[in-house]
Amino acid sequence: MPQVTLTVNGKQHTVEVENRTLLVEVLREKLALTGTHVGCDTSQCGACVVHVDGISAKSCTMLAVQANGTSVTTIEGLAAADGTLHPMQEMFREHHALQCGFCTPGMVMSAIDLVNAHPAGLTEQEIREGLEGNLCRCTGYHNIVKAIAAAHPLMHAKA
Amino acid sequence: MYDFAYQKPASLADAVKALGADGEAKALAGGMTYIPVLKQRLAKPSTIVDLSGLGLTGIKVEGGKVTIGAMTKHCVVAASAEVKAAIPALAALAGGIGDEAVRHRGTIGGSIANNDPAADYPSAALALGATIVTDRRSIAADDFFTGMFGTALEQGEIITAVEFPVPTKAAYEKFRNPASRYAIVGVFVAQTSGGPRVAVTGAGQGGVFRHSAMEAALAGNFSAAAIKGVKTSPDDLNGDIHASSEYRAHLVGVIAGRALAKAG
Ligand SMILES: Cc1cc2nc3c(=O)[nH]c(=O)nc-3n(C[C@H](O)[C@H](O)[C@H](O)COP(=O)(O)OP(=O)(O)OC[C@H]3O[C@@H](n4cnc5c(N)ncnc54)[C@H](O)[C@@H]3O)c2cc1C
Ligand code: FES
Ligand code: FES
Repeated sequence: MPQVTLTVNGKQHTVEVENRTLLVEVLREKLALTGTHVGCDTSQCGACVVHVDGISAKSCTMLAVQANGTSVTTIEGLAAADGTLHPMQEMFREHHALQCGFCTPGMVMSAIDLVNAHPAGLTEQEIREGLEGNLCRCTGYHNIVKAIAAAHPLMHAKA
Repeated sequence: MYDFAYQKPASLADAVKALGADGEAKALAGGMTYIPVLKQRLAKPSTIVDLSGLGLTGIKVEGGKVTIGAMTKHCVVAASAEVKAAIPALAALAGGIGDEAVRHRGTIGGSIANNDPAADYPSAALALGATIVTDRRSIAADDFFTGMFGTALEQGEIITAVEFPVPTKAAYEKFRNPASRYAIVGVFVAQTSGGPRVAVTGAGQGGVFRHSAMEAALAGNFSAAAIKGVKTSPDDLNGDIHASSEYRAHLVGVIAGRALAKAG
């Protein structure tokens, strides 16, 4: 059986996979990191977004063999060891940016990448366009947009 | 998904050999189209040949041409200062494909090779008179797209780069399907050294096509006003639950007008 080695949330793992195994299946089924969700079969919903080498990617649309040798961050890898939430998680809580929470892990991972990629600032329009690939069926997005705008200065240490 | 063998060759020659040796083998680039296809069990390749180890990436602007390596991701083209300076419409098109995560992995070579009837890049290639460079030859865009999901590529032929001649003016405009966000109609207009070229995606039953009546109307007057009376026949256009062929035919004129206004 093929083997892949990847670093997940800072810890290296070598796992046996099939060539057809998806990255999200490795995360959820082999590593029991079930925070990363699967919401669709069509690569459209973004519930599965993780960071691969620091960049947001849909883990349902990436083979585990393609992720061999990469460093992956999932929602479980964001909070500090003492439980202190990442500023993006904290702002999602503060601004009521979730209801059922199903989309939230993917939203948070996409949002962090978006904020990282725009150190100079993000307009509301840019935030909304940046979330094009993340669907939420509950919130109507407004509070998600607010949470991301509020996390921006915290993440770039301007507040 | 059916299982398959997987190879990640380190050289173009090895990749060509792997694909040539087996008629059921298939190339994989960003996987943003092909992995969903595999998940739906719409394809059953024997071997997947991952092109990501071949280094076919990068952007070069030289001699009036923008050359983009086949494995260059949409996000890289969108952010490229060189592309923005030489063909801003092309950078904007790349930045409007799918969503952030799709643009982080999807490639220009994959998009051109796939020739989805609603994909964006094929319209740029056709309107700008691009040349598709493969492991064995160069193919003019006019000869490359041969119908919905159809291309001139032979089994196992690998696109290595796409060369876009820099136009005098160009712009792309699309009307998105509100759910899939793919183009219901997209129009790329360009004023090139060979005259005006107009390519339409999203609408044609045979995939991307050139609008010769509009091109004729634009000769000598490259403006939205010049195409005002130009009709588009609904006969060869798609009709579906999202838009009838008559509606698409109307949209082609509206969207082409917007693209021309944007091109200035
Ligand atoms: C949610 C979502 C939204 C999208 N929205 C849009 C959109 O709005 N507009 C748009 O244009 N596209 C859209 N796409 C498609 C996206 O642009 C894909 O990235 C692109 O169509 C295929 O590129 P890829 O690198 O992912 O190729 P893959 O999926 O890896 O491959 C696609 C096909 O091309 C072949 N191939 C790949 N590279 C080569 C090569 N170098 N030489 C020969 N054959 C090759 C493969 O064998 C396969 O048959 C969307 C995709 C998703 C998942
Ligand atoms: S599960 Fe829906 S995009 Fe990945
Ligand atoms: S909070 Fe329920 S889907 Fe977004």
